[in-house]
Amino acid sequence: MALERSDVEKIAHLARLQIREDEIPGYTGTLSNILALVDQLQAVDTDGVEPMSHPLDAVQRLRADDVTEPDQRENLQSVAPAVENGLFLVPKVIE
Amino acid sequence: MFDKTLAELAGGLAAGDFSSVELTRSYLDRIKAEDPAYNSYITVTEEQALAQARAADELRAAGQAQVFTGLPVAHKDIFCTQGVRTSCASRILDNFIAPYDATLIRKFNDAGAVMLGKTNMDEFAMGSSNESSFYGPSRNPWDVERVPGGSSGGSAAAVAARLAPAATGTDTGGSIRQPAALCGITGLKPTYGRVSRYGMIAFASSLDQAGPMARSAEDCALMLGVMAGFDPLDSTSVEREVPDYSLTLNDSLEGLRIGLPKEYFSADLNPAIAEQVQHAVREFEKLGASVKEISLPNTGLAVPAYYIIAPAEASSNLSRFDGVRYGYRCEDPKDLEDLYKRSRGEGFGDEVKRRIMVGTYALSAGYYDAYYRKAQQVRRLIQQDFICALADVDVIMGPTTPQPAFRLGEKTSDPVQMYMEDIYTLALNLAGLPGMSIPCGQSNGLPVGLQIIGDYFSEAKLLNVAHRFQQATDWHKQAPASVKG
Repeated sequence: MALERSDVEKIAHLARLQIREDEIPGYTGTLSNILALVDQLQAVDTDGVEPMSHPLDAVQRLRADDVTEPDQRENLQSVAPAVENGLFLVPKVIE
Repeated sequence: MFDKTLAELAGGLAAGDFSSVELTRSYLDRIKAEDPAYNSYITVTEEQALAQARAADELRAAGQAQVFTGLPVAHKDIFCTQGVRTSCASRILDNFIAPYDATLIRKFNDAGAVMLGKTNMDEFAMGSSNESSFYGPSRNPWDVERVPGGSSGGSAAAVAARLAPAATGTDTGGSIRQPAALCGITGLKPTYGRVSRYGMIAFASSLDQAGPMARSAEDCALMLGVMAGFDPLDSTSVEREVPDYSLTLNDSLEGLRIGLPKEYFSADLNPAIAEQVQHAVREFEKLGASVKEISLPNTGLAVPAYYIIAPAEASSNLSRFDGVRYGYRCEDPKDLEDLYKRSRGEGFGDEVKRRIMVGTYALSAGYYDAYYRKAQQVRRLIQQDFICALADVDVIMGPTTPQPAFRLGEKTSDPVQMYMEDIYTLALNLAGLPGMSIPCGQSNGLPVGLQIIGDYFSEAKLLNVAHRFQQATDWHKQAPASVKG
């Protein structure tokens, strides 16, 4: 199906992606082409076919409910853009 | 030295012909001199490599060497390497120094391997040409005006250019097999779940799988032996014993049943490739195999099903790149939403954004059943095709790609045209089956790949089949003219 400019703006917002004004026509065209490609599936008869989410139809393995992870906060936060007192810093969320 | 396979280098180290430090040093020197032409590495880890090589030589001196001790390899820049930048070829991870090792990296370290560096790739493994890399495209050593394929294009180019004896790759829709074919090397995509994905940056979780890329099946067997195995840190990792892949390489192919899917030899296929593949199949007949035509009737649905499932899972996986916990953050965000949108908008490249948007659309309210669920149903039809076919034959053979390496820029303007490049490789990932690509000929001086597909967990059989072919032929020994000497 062909997308409109407003569809692309809405999708970009849902995906939390900033798309520049001048890029929107390009994305509208290429995304429409991709959707036309995948729309071929609509013609396939899949009545009664069980959806396949895992190649081996495996079930989720569970582990024992034991404490196994050491505290790695400093190590993991060493790559964060901004931290303070062990917390990730973001712009003010609550006025 | 650079024309030696991993197996030969292992022999040389064991015999004391050279040390791991000498071997590593010579590869590092060669990378420095030659890689500007190919851009196959994003990061060369010289200091770490030499430290690992020294440690390997000490182990050997102490009589504690294993098969892999001191052998240099390169890793796709999708695997987290503690203390070393792990970029996934994206601006959004350009500053990311991984705080831990992927299980695969740990296994190579434990085996005594030396990491030469991190190889170039399509951004987040999304692409078939390496042109979506933030660090610029890698180039095909057979013709630097052509692409090495993707997404593991840097790994393939590095091995083909003799800038690493072997490398790791990942394959979500053909990303090991297609570049292996285009660069004239041997690559194996294992069964889904065979190799741990822990610390391998996720693209499409129900499809992703890591595997070896090397100059021969024998070397891939050595590599897979290090990589494969159960890992409690990856919930999709399979608890199943790892065979010694080297032990069965020489088994006879007498009575091997080969199936050729008629859908893989349609009008889309370049006639020169069809001819080389048929020629290879006749070689297998000489080795005692029987050949019959088979049908995989839903082959044509693999591309559309894949381009719903992979982007849907990618849009979910890539939501973690938010500019808060690691990676790129935009300048002066005015509020949290601005921080998310600009960090992601500025951090991701075009193709990644396109796939995130396709996936977001397919999963958005009201569309889930029509797209994702429908694609998962078609996925089962594709799997059933393979299961039916593999009841009658031991392996399936066909082309890896519809044409040899194409020119840089040739397909970048039309993503759909680029997607068709993976027409013969995607179905395997949807089914979760293992597959290989081995060099089987040339067309106008460019390598042609033969794809070999087997049943679940038949990696040992695939390696055996490929190895026997490589004992009888020398396509895998051909080197690009530019890298001889």
